[in-house]
Amino acid sequence: MQQFLRRHPAVQAWLLLSPGGLFLSVFFIAPLFIVLIYSFLQRGTYGGVVWQFTFENFRRVFDPLYFNTFLRSAYIAILTTFFCLLLGYPLAYFIASRSPRTRSLMLLALMIPFWTNFLIRTYAWLTLLRTNTGLINTALLSLGVIAAPLPLFGNDFAIIVGLVYGWLPVMVLPIYAALDRLDPSLIEAARDLYASSAQVFRRVIWPLSLPGVVAGSMLVFIPALGSFVTPAILGGGKSLMIGNIISNQFLAAHDWPFGSALSMLMMTLMLLGTLYYFRSTLKAEADA
Amino acid sequence: MSEECAVELRDVVKAFGPFVAVNHVSLQIRDGEFFSLLGPSGCGKTTSLRMIAGFEMPTSGHIYIGGAQQGYLPPNKRPVNTVFQQYALFPHMTVAQNVAFGLEMSHANKGEIGRRVHEALEMVHLGGLGTRKPKQLSGGQQQRVALARALVNRPKVLLLDEPLGALDLKLRKAMQIELKNLQEQVGITFIYVTHDQEEALTMSDRIAVMDKGQVLQVAEPEALYEQPTHRFTADFIGETNFIPARVAALSPTILVELAGGIRLPAGWVEPGIAVGDRVMLSVRPEKINLYEAHELEELTATTCRVRGVVERLVYVGTDTHHTVRLESGDRVVARLQNLHVDEEPWEMGEATTVQWEAAHGRVFKEA
Ligand SMILES: Nc1ncnc2c1ncn2[C@@H]1O[C@H](COP(=O)(O)OP(=O)(O)O)[C@@H](O)[C@H]1O
Ligand SMILES: [Mg+2]
Repeated sequence: MQQFLRRHPAVQAWLLLSPGGLFLSVFFIAPLFIVLIYSFLQRGTYGGVVWQFTFENFRRVFDPLYFNTFLRSAYIAILTTFFCLLLGYPLAYFIASRSPRTRSLMLLALMIPFWTNFLIRTYAWLTLLRTNTGLINTALLSLGVIAAPLPLFGNDFAIIVGLVYGWLPVMVLPIYAALDRLDPSLIEAARDLYASSAQVFRRVIWPLSLPGVVAGSMLVFIPALGSFVTPAILGGGKSLMIGNIISNQFLAAHDWPFGSALSMLMMTLMLLGTLYYFRSTLKAEADA
Repeated sequence: MSEECAVELRDVVKAFGPFVAVNHVSLQIRDGEFFSLLGPSGCGKTTSLRMIAGFEMPTSGHIYIGGAQQGYLPPNKRPVNTVFQQYALFPHMTVAQNVAFGLEMSHANKGEIGRRVHEALEMVHLGGLGTRKPKQLSGGQQQRVALARALVNRPKVLLLDEPLGALDLKLRKAMQIELKNLQEQVGITFIYVTHDQEEALTMSDRIAVMDKGQVLQVAEPEALYEQPTHRFTADFIGETNFIPARVAALSPTILVELAGGIRLPAGWVEPGIAVGDRVMLSVRPEKINLYEAHELEELTATTCRVRGVVERLVYVGTDTHHTVRLESGDRVVARLQNLHVDEEPWEMGEATTVQWEAAHGRVFKEA
């Protein structure tokens, strides 16, 4: 048996792949197909589907009512990614330039929030941001810094704050890994060749950490676009994202086919975004 | 300080916490010179070089480049360039972009950058490889790119930290010659760090021997080999015989006494040694000759002669190493060239007399 496998590396590879492959095809590809098929069917009265082919769901998806939510979700996800990068890059840089001991402590600190349930952490933000009884507004009001409560809650701002908070570690880790791999003598070489600190960053550190930036951005953008817990809690029922509408279609409106069509469109959007992002950064890397 | 000094270190100390890596080093490196810092691993060569480049700041003392005190100037403000041990080429840039980097940073115009990059690549024989990425080059080629990337800026001084260390022996030998030629061609001062004494002897105009953070001797290669001033240098550069002895007289001639009362004249004695001190007499193996009793020339005051027995013979092609056990009980190695095929060789156990010129005997402190 062993000898047979050694002589046929392809068979060996397939054997090694089969458990994962089986899992993926049963629990990932099959559901995906079901969603795809449902999106072309008609709704049943109390949920479920009626097996009758239609394009109606996809026509409704482009109804401004829903499509604008799409665009707004993309906008929120992009801003979330942007702010995660803005905060996460310096943080990753800071951690990577510490001594090995401090480094592991800081990485640990970064992971600690994950030990607490995401829902609870989001409710904690609710306590902070709530318009009239939130800690921030209460404190600022009693200190006399502001005269009226700031609109911190029930809007895009609150959602973005919650999302940035939730996904920041996911941005930091791949950037940290990329910076950690960076050979310090490259920075010295650039300094030696008359580069200022800013030029060292722009010409050497940034391009070499770009793979980490790309990975981090994808890891933040995709879940941010599909999020529904954060907008449900911090959006205050007023500000919704596409994730909320989809979950509503399945749980409240009992319109599974329309929910499936929305999901398909979102996946397509993510795929396109991903492809575009990879292409542009690969090109940037090649040009740098 | 003199006009033609390219780099001067004045009483430079570098401490990392309690550990002193560079200990009161003073050096004057002349303009256009190929100057080597030679010493075993960990003696402070790299640290010294990094202080000249500006990557480390001296704990005390001063560094001058081209007569100007560098103080706390950062590396990008210093008129020197470095060739790093592992080359440190930018992996995301092509060879040409790597070489152009320094010129771009110092705002040369586009046309000039293109021309000088081309020249620099031609100079290191990498003409057609400008569009490759460093990863696509061999170790020797990467080495040349690193060299071109530094030289293209025409620095006053080029700093090289064991630049050939990662190459295999044959390539290293070839690059030694090429590097030396290149240095003569461009006329830039090279400060070259190596732990390879042969490399330093081959390439350098002058060598500073370092040990434990201190510079022991600065001299031309021949002087370093023939007239080492420290026991460490005599031992580190080439090979030598150390014979334990005691100082019998310092004037009018230097006389040392071996075990068994054998008295020998010597050519030089390390400063600070007094009559009666225990010392080491150092004689290079190629300075020693073997004679049979009946061949002995007239004994003069400048000849050392000790009877002994041939103990071991090692044939190494160009010469044969004869280990001789002296009357005093000490062993010395004599390296005799294999000049004549018909010469009757020495045999193990044969009685012999070793002889060397007193001038070749150098007396060092015992430790
Ligand atoms: N940044 C540093 N921190 C602490 N010790 C250092 C540092 N850099 C070098 N050293 C120590 O200084 C000594 C000299 O190092 P180095 O100059 O690299 O030696 P060499 O290049 O001659 O091998 C070594 O013992 C090394 O461990
Ligand atoms: Mg070193």
